[in-house]
Amino acid sequence: MTDIAKDAIAPPRSFLSQDAIQVFYRLLAAFLICAVLAVLSDSFLSLGNILNVLRQASLTFFIASGLTLVVLTAGLDLSVGANVALSACIAGTVIHKTGSPALGILTGLACGGIVGLLNGIMVTALRIPSFIATYGMLWVLNGLTYWYMAGETLHGFPAGFRQIGSGYLFGLPIPVYLLLVFLGIGTLFAQRTIWGQEIYAIGANPVAARLSGIPVARRLLLVYAVSGTMAGLASIIFLSRLNSAEADIGESLTLPAIAAVLIGGTSLFGGVGTVFGTFIGALILTLVLNGMNLLSVSANWQPLVTGIIVILAVWLDMKTRRRAQ
Amino acid sequence: MREAAVVSQPNPLQRIPGVAIVLVLLVALFSAIAPGFLSVANLSNVLVQSTILTMLALPMTLIIMTEGLDLSMGAVLTLTSLCVAIVSLATKSMLLGLGAGLLVGTAFGVANGWLVAILGIPPFVATLGTLGMAQGLSLIVSDGQSVVGIPHSVRDIYSATLLGIPVPIVMALVTYAAFHGLLYHTRFGTYIFALGGNREALRYAGLSPNKLLIAVYAIGGAMAGIAGLLMTARMNSGHPTAGLGLEFDAIAAVAVGGTSFERGNGWLLGTLLGVLSVGVLRNGLNLISLPSSVQVASVGVLVIVALFLDGLRSRA
Repeated sequence: MTDIAKDAIAPPRSFLSQDAIQVFYRLLAAFLICAVLAVLSDSFLSLGNILNVLRQASLTFFIASGLTLVVLTAGLDLSVGANVALSACIAGTVIHKTGSPALGILTGLACGGIVGLLNGIMVTALRIPSFIATYGMLWVLNGLTYWYMAGETLHGFPAGFRQIGSGYLFGLPIPVYLLLVFLGIGTLFAQRTIWGQEIYAIGANPVAARLSGIPVARRLLLVYAVSGTMAGLASIIFLSRLNSAEADIGESLTLPAIAAVLIGGTSLFGGVGTVFGTFIGALILTLVLNGMNLLSVSANWQPLVTGIIVILAVWLDMKTRRRAQ
Repeated sequence: MREAAVVSQPNPLQRIPGVAIVLVLLVALFSAIAPGFLSVANLSNVLVQSTILTMLALPMTLIIMTEGLDLSMGAVLTLTSLCVAIVSLATKSMLLGLGAGLLVGTAFGVANGWLVAILGIPPFVATLGTLGMAQGLSLIVSDGQSVVGIPHSVRDIYSATLLGIPVPIVMALVTYAAFHGLLYHTRFGTYIFALGGNREALRYAGLSPNKLLIAVYAIGGAMAGIAGLLMTARMNSGHPTAGLGLEFDAIAAVAVGGTSFERGNGWLLGTLLGVLSVGVLRNGLNLISLPSSVQVASVGVLVIVALFLDGLRSRA
């Protein structure tokens, strides 16, 4: 009884200690995977490969971090991959037409954000379940992107712009710095701001959240818009790293992003999880895919493995939570 | 409005306007703007092309009635289509190919049902996971290449006629009749209604909701297997991306057809009209030479509008 009372009045910070244990297990898993790969493959521990893993993980993390907030509210955003593709194609066109990378970056972020906002409107104002609404959005965006590109490929961007995705600073890839920045912002926002805590509250119990005066619809709009904007950011990194844009670049991005969120311990049922966990999730997934690559497993196996990982992650999450209760 | 809430089993006639109006509007629109839309050849083309979708949308209706969803259907269809192609190529036997497709499809259906019913994983994530797995297996078994040179016995299924009616249409009609009988005239059908509406009642009646749920997903997988045969016959090959996204058209057909995503009541005739609406929409846009990308986007808009209306109705 006293335990229950303590839980009920404990400040939200107590989530952290519980989450800290979860994060610790996941870090342990990441180290184990590293150890196994270091034994199995000579090239795994090379500096080049480790930087490559970090850069790859940061790309997954950008998409997955915004998605984490959505999943914290017990929603899902299946349109992130298609959003990356559309934003990249539009941003690429703007850079080609105006020659200004800054304008292109702004357009990409805005495009992603607007798509996210539309998702939020469908979920809040039209009250369509989020996974169906964003699934419909996925196909709308896919259609728009293919129609807009009409089979063309945008290629060749200014050298300064390409530095964002492929450049180095003090020996580390620039996306890794961006990753640290957004990891910090995301963690601070979720754990240390009222809005962040309200997002947890909405996911844990939407009715209670509404009755305690949280503007649920506005927070949900914010969450989907952030998820879309992060997809827009990821599109910029992709664009600058690939130095080209095609309509199909987003197709293989959604499942890994969802996998990263779920491996990271964010519960599909809302209210539980951290942005830092998602970072570890992105790292673990990237390590597994990188390991398969190093052991010369064909890339054809990646969707199969990612699919299995998604299901395993949800199942483990449900199992540990059931035991905890 | 209040009276409607009292009636426990809503009269299907009340819902006819929704999807029927959509269909009539689409047909009227494309008759006016698309040259050749109303020709017999084109209309029969629409029907034949809608057969694969019918085979996915009918089981999808049952799955959605259980408050579930199967996002893996298109990817599983791709995999079964490849299985049909590979096995019939190796054995020269259409029936063995169909058997392989059915086996693989049913296995995926059972796996989906098991993940949803026994492990309790939310359907959209469980089937998203199996989507990835089926897609991965398709790439692995085909090595990313088309499977060509399949026997005539497979290819002929799509072009043959029975009493003057194309065989795919006959297959779709038989499927519809079977689903209609299953849902409305057997106990199993009644249980499916209960799975979405009142699972507790099933348990009190001494039935296992989990087994029933697995059966419903297994039916979906098996139908993807049969549709895989049609897909291979239609393309005259197996292709590792042939059916990707078809689950979306199926969900669209179900949503437009008036099956609710939240209340556990389904309407098979509505789904059939929904399939025709999607088929007419795609065909008409094709005739006025809009690319398939625009077709995909418009189906997406169609789904969102249908779901919005569904939400309005459930709140009314």
